[in-house]
Amino acid sequence: MLKITNLAVSFNTRNGTVTAVRDISLDVAAGQKVGIVGESGSGKSVTAFSIMRLLDDGGQNDAGTIHYQDINLLQCSEQEMRDIRGREISMVFQNPRAALNPIRKVGYQIEDVLRRHSRSTRQSARRHAIEALSAVKINDPQAVYGRYPFELSGGMCQRVVIAIALACDPRLLIADEPTTGLDITTQKVVMELIDELITERQMSAILITHDLALAAQYCDHIVVMKDGEIVESGDSVTLFATPQHAYTRKLVNATPRTGASLRDLLPSPSDAKTSQLTNKVTSLAPARPAPLLEVNNLVKTFTTASGVVNAVKDVSFTIHRNESVGLVGESGSGKSTTSSLLMRLDHCSSGQILFEGRNLLDVTTKQFAKDPRRASLQMVFQDAGDSLNPRHTAEMLIVEPIARLTNMNRKEKKARVSELAQMVGLPEALLTRYQHQLSGGQKARVGIARAIALNPKLLILDEPTAALDVSIQAIVLNLLHDLRAELDMSYLFVSHDLRVVELMCDNVMVMRHGEIIERGSAKQVLQQPQHPYTRELLAAVPQSPELQYGPNTSNRAVL
Amino acid sequence: MNSTVTLTEPVQPSQSALQHIIYVMRENPVTLVSFMMLAVLVVIAVAGHWLAPFDPLASDSSAVLQPPSTTHWFGTDNVGRDVFSRVLVATRLDLQISVMAVSLSFVIGSLLGAVAGYWGGWLDVCLSRILDTIMAFPLFVLAMGIVAALGNTVENIIYATAIINIPFYARLIRAEVNIRRDSGFAVSARLSGNSEIRVLAFHVFPNTLPPVMVQLSLNLGWAILNAAGLSFIGLGVRPPTPEWGIMVAEGSQYIVSGEWWMAVFPGLALMFAVFTFNLLGDGLRDIVDPRTRK
Repeated sequence: MLKITNLAVSFNTRNGTVTAVRDISLDVAAGQKVGIVGESGSGKSVTAFSIMRLLDDGGQNDAGTIHYQDINLLQCSEQEMRDIRGREISMVFQNPRAALNPIRKVGYQIEDVLRRHSRSTRQSARRHAIEALSAVKINDPQAVYGRYPFELSGGMCQRVVIAIALACDPRLLIADEPTTGLDITTQKVVMELIDELITERQMSAILITHDLALAAQYCDHIVVMKDGEIVESGDSVTLFATPQHAYTRKLVNATPRTGASLRDLLPSPSDAKTSQLTNKVTSLAPARPAPLLEVNNLVKTFTTASGVVNAVKDVSFTIHRNESVGLVGESGSGKSTTSSLLMRLDHCSSGQILFEGRNLLDVTTKQFAKDPRRASLQMVFQDAGDSLNPRHTAEMLIVEPIARLTNMNRKEKKARVSELAQMVGLPEALLTRYQHQLSGGQKARVGIARAIALNPKLLILDEPTAALDVSIQAIVLNLLHDLRAELDMSYLFVSHDLRVVELMCDNVMVMRHGEIIERGSAKQVLQQPQHPYTRELLAAVPQSPELQYGPNTSNRAVL
Repeated sequence: MNSTVTLTEPVQPSQSALQHIIYVMRENPVTLVSFMMLAVLVVIAVAGHWLAPFDPLASDSSAVLQPPSTTHWFGTDNVGRDVFSRVLVATRLDLQISVMAVSLSFVIGSLLGAVAGYWGGWLDVCLSRILDTIMAFPLFVLAMGIVAALGNTVENIIYATAIINIPFYARLIRAEVNIRRDSGFAVSARLSGNSEIRVLAFHVFPNTLPPVMVQLSLNLGWAILNAAGLSFIGLGVRPPTPEWGIMVAEGSQYIVSGEWWMAVFPGLALMFAVFTFNLLGDGLRDIVDPRTRK
């Protein structure tokens, strides 16, 4: 149905011509679901955009052909492509809010596609649009028809995007990271919806994702890409069960899964120095029963135009010294509000926070900036890029807390920055760089170096690896784990990724609607969940039997 | 421990500020041209007094209203002064007025806008309404009023031009600060122990500069036009001081009788200056924005 032969794409950039995709061949048969898996920069999106002929101005197809049925897409005129897009081949994008026009009612946006491809007349458009909305299982499609994108949740927006993509019954759907940024339960619902619709309509699909388990679960055939090349392809069962290429093995290995320890995620778990360290860490891991942070009956209410919102309702917990506590919940559960209350970035409505036995709320949020305890409470942010000032170099970023909260002189500061850079594995040559000149993993390291600059006692990690590729995530998680042992820190690990929490935390709290609904040791909560919501969360994690036990860890799984 | 955190990503050399400026110039020829035009203006402003072949104030009754010639490139005016010399010498005054007026409105406007955008609330409401009130006046008429009330001096032209431009800066910076006040880097600056004022001054405000640079550069052009306009209608710089606006005003009476050079050459100089500043904006923004660096 779709046949890509020897495709090569390059981009003209400031640093000369960069080859994004080289010599790619790929077949999609009718009714087949193909997954393209790879890390950022592997060329998977470029491939998708080439099929749709939506490359940026700087991009050009250097070689190869893309045949859709009998049409050579690369030779089509723009006019012909416009007829093909939407009617024959459709695309679902990563960020549904960005893909929808914010100032147009979603119903009209569906009508636009229908009328463009002459599927509806002015009279029938409304009826067809509502049918398209009900096809993606939106309750009350009549009401949603008249809504604007901002009035809908992320999951609803993605359903509308799918409704638009499928409105004209295309034969091929390209989904580019369709669930990245959505909550895990929403991800499950959206993926199952796509899967069901595709099967029902006998369409073909290309799923582009960085999540191996997701691809394994929903695709028949998987293609693994790296640096613009296909390194391996095969049907999804055999590919992940017996990966042939070293890169695929590395990816499979780095994916957090049940039964694998943190060290298993790294490429060379047999490294002597590493295993020695693992023993050291495990011996330190049991938390000493001295409470570092005690939170009692914490409440936060916001008053908005639409009424009072109870973001955090009566939350109490304790974090002990050298303990790592996971805080799990979906967006809107109050986990971010809780962490900013603990960091004294926001006032709490009522409740008590004791830090080392002293009331943390005895100074105002404003005065806390200069409080000596500020140094003890630090945070690593979700989006390293956003949390780094774009006008500061890595060195200026790391030195900032040292300059503000200590009295070190210039030389001491410089020495401390070098020391920190070494601790987090950041080459010193990168210290003069601005954040946009650093890779995702390097930015994460700068963020971590800044957070540990003052030897904090409690570090809040707000989804520190959510924006990272899986192999970088494995390295950063290990780094964080080692630093905790080395610097004797306690962690509050805020995340929606249950597998990561299982690896990183001693104890776990599950939060929903501002309340902690379940808590206990990580093993207990994630393996024998009591609360139905925790079970729902766990069930939503993409599972593929092959990935349960990675290739190198089959012997460990017994343990 | 380093064995677990080895970094495999390659380290490429970073770019210096000068290399970056050269890159911006090369990438966008318009920027290069505009910077060259600016260099011409600056050289004339600094050295105009020495470059001028004649004394710009010396009248010569034997050479009145002469058309452009090899001695008097731009001709002479109604009292026999060399128009070319006067145009050259006027550059400094005109640039002084515009640069000072724009700096003044930039400083005051940023201060008001940053405070209003960062803290919001009633402070924002009050400041915004006051600025709206200023913007509701026909701005040139307001400038005329200010100069007429304060007196006819160069300083007062600067103040008047500055006041009418403040709302534009304040509005722009208010919006830019507002979207960044709760951004990740502002929050992390607070965690690093910065007080709110430091967060605003050293973290949020500098990030608003790239769009402001475009405004700043366009404004320099408008300020020159504004000053020239005020002089043209007789408010502002007084004759016989050489100033482009006055020269156009004086020359305008002679256009009908065919002595076009008196008004056209200072007018062209004015156009050249305004055009330079209009072209400059984008290039200036690219240079100030660290994100355009390699």
